[in-house]
Amino acid sequence: MEHATELIDWSRAQFALTALYHWLFVPLTLGLTFIIAIMETIYVKTGDVWWKKTTQFWMTILAINFAIGLATGIIMEFEFGTNWSNYSWIVGDIFGAPLAIEGLMAFFMESTFFAVMFFGWDKVSKKMHLTSTWLVAIGSNLSALWILVANGWMQHPVGMTFNPDTARNEMHDFAAVFFNPNAVSKFLHTISSGYVLASVFVIGISAWYLIKRREVRFAKRSIIVAASFGLITSLFMLTSGDESAFEVAQNQPMKLAAMEGLYRGEERAGIIAIGLLDKEKELGDEKEPFLFSLEIPNALSFLGYHSLNAFVPGIHDLVYGNEKHHIMSISDKMQEGKLAVSALTAYKTYKKEGKEAKAKEALKDFRAHEKYMGYGYLKKPEDAVPNVALTFYSFHTMVGLGTWFLILFILVLYFAMINEIEKKRWLLYAALWSIPLAYVAQECGWIVAEVGRQPWAIQDLLPVGMAASNVASSSVMITFWLFAVLFTGLLIAEVKIMLTQIKNGPEAH
Amino acid sequence: MHLLNEIYHLYYDGFKSMKIGKKLWLLIAIKLFILFVIVKWIFFPNILKTKFDTDAQRSTYILEQLTKNKE
Repeated sequence: MEHATELIDWSRAQFALTALYHWLFVPLTLGLTFIIAIMETIYVKTGDVWWKKTTQFWMTILAINFAIGLATGIIMEFEFGTNWSNYSWIVGDIFGAPLAIEGLMAFFMESTFFAVMFFGWDKVSKKMHLTSTWLVAIGSNLSALWILVANGWMQHPVGMTFNPDTARNEMHDFAAVFFNPNAVSKFLHTISSGYVLASVFVIGISAWYLIKRREVRFAKRSIIVAASFGLITSLFMLTSGDESAFEVAQNQPMKLAAMEGLYRGEERAGIIAIGLLDKEKELGDEKEPFLFSLEIPNALSFLGYHSLNAFVPGIHDLVYGNEKHHIMSISDKMQEGKLAVSALTAYKTYKKEGKEAKAKEALKDFRAHEKYMGYGYLKKPEDAVPNVALTFYSFHTMVGLGTWFLILFILVLYFAMINEIEKKRWLLYAALWSIPLAYVAQECGWIVAEVGRQPWAIQDLLPVGMAASNVASSSVMITFWLFAVLFTGLLIAEVKIMLTQIKNGPEAH
Repeated sequence: MHLLNEIYHLYYDGFKSMKIGKKLWLLIAIKLFILFVIVKWIFFPNILKTKFDTDAQRSTYILEQLTKNKE
């Protein structure tokens, strides 16, 4: 099942393309639903119809985003069945329950209350309508919960047992899967980043109106709500990001080392604030990894281990081992993994031959080594290292932009509150151009999460090379381009329809 | 019965009075057709379901894949 590199690369590229395009639509829905709910709450509380108009305008924008993004995620499920069939089978029982709940929740909760939200303005009471709007917001976010629980499990597999008779992971502890610390921190960080994106989006569009000197009252009101929401959720995103980094340090230390370009582990390790990686740097050599860098001392030790003096293992330590800090080398893990695979082979053979006692022994042997099973499929220790440059730059772009958005929210909120936002043209332009940056930050976040955990489809248990199906790489290549065209078309449609609505303005409603 | 009637009118009147919504529904319909009829049917068969009839056969195949380099 060691597939050709070309096939695996195309399968990964296709999945990445689908996921990245899908994620262009999701975060705006996650955050905008809440912003709309807040605006409508103000309308219900004050009875001011201006707030109703404001709410309705952003609802139309939400509808466009929702309609265009709808079902783009389903393609990933197609890909699981075709390009990643081995993986699908092996994880089936883990993924089945969360995804089924997500499907049911998305369908019943969102679609039911969506209808009331859009069609029910004059049909149901104000309070009933407001309840529906809040339930749409909560429902959308809960839908994201289940898929992130599944993703969290891939990053830190818990609550399951591999059944050597069926070759499937079977869930034995739903609570462990659901409350997996990796899944919890991932969910909180992901949804809060969606809130930040939606806030930037609303502020940016409102800034455009102010630049054009139209819809002034509407724009100012929208800015105050979005900047307040963005500021609060940015602070929450900071804490959830800290928790995510802590979880990564505990369960995926290689990813943390790649995020910081840390080749040699150190105590009191710092975070690189700005840095340029040396392309010539190779694992094992003595070269400095950075051509230049600015470091915040002790910050990485604190971020990863909540101690200013903690040792943070580097890529070199994790690949070749570090006795002083009790870090096992990848070679040793590969040895353990090979023993697990051999034991599984023996178990299968003995079962076929009806030798139950020997099969039982082989199974015991398998259980003793299965923790490192995935390493048994690696060809060399260096294969356990992800793309350091891509992970490092994506992580730092995400953090840098997240910091900028926090500053933006503070500035925008301050000038809006003192009623001087219209005079700050530079800030309005900065807010407008922050919209694409918010999407860049989102995509960078996912690149860190997914590229940083390579080569694993399931952390430590199944490398991507073993997860892929044995299909023709040409067919994966064709569908890659098919999706690239389809998604680009959808994106153009969304932007075009949305721009028309924005140009028409809230008065058109 | 009254409630059912209200629900019916919520959807009926809502769809009838849509402006931008009609364009969006058309887009959704085209997209779902492309995804489920063309893409899924032609390009994305479920490999294990098309290759094998039973779960037992699928398990055997995957186990073979996981262990074949060791046999």
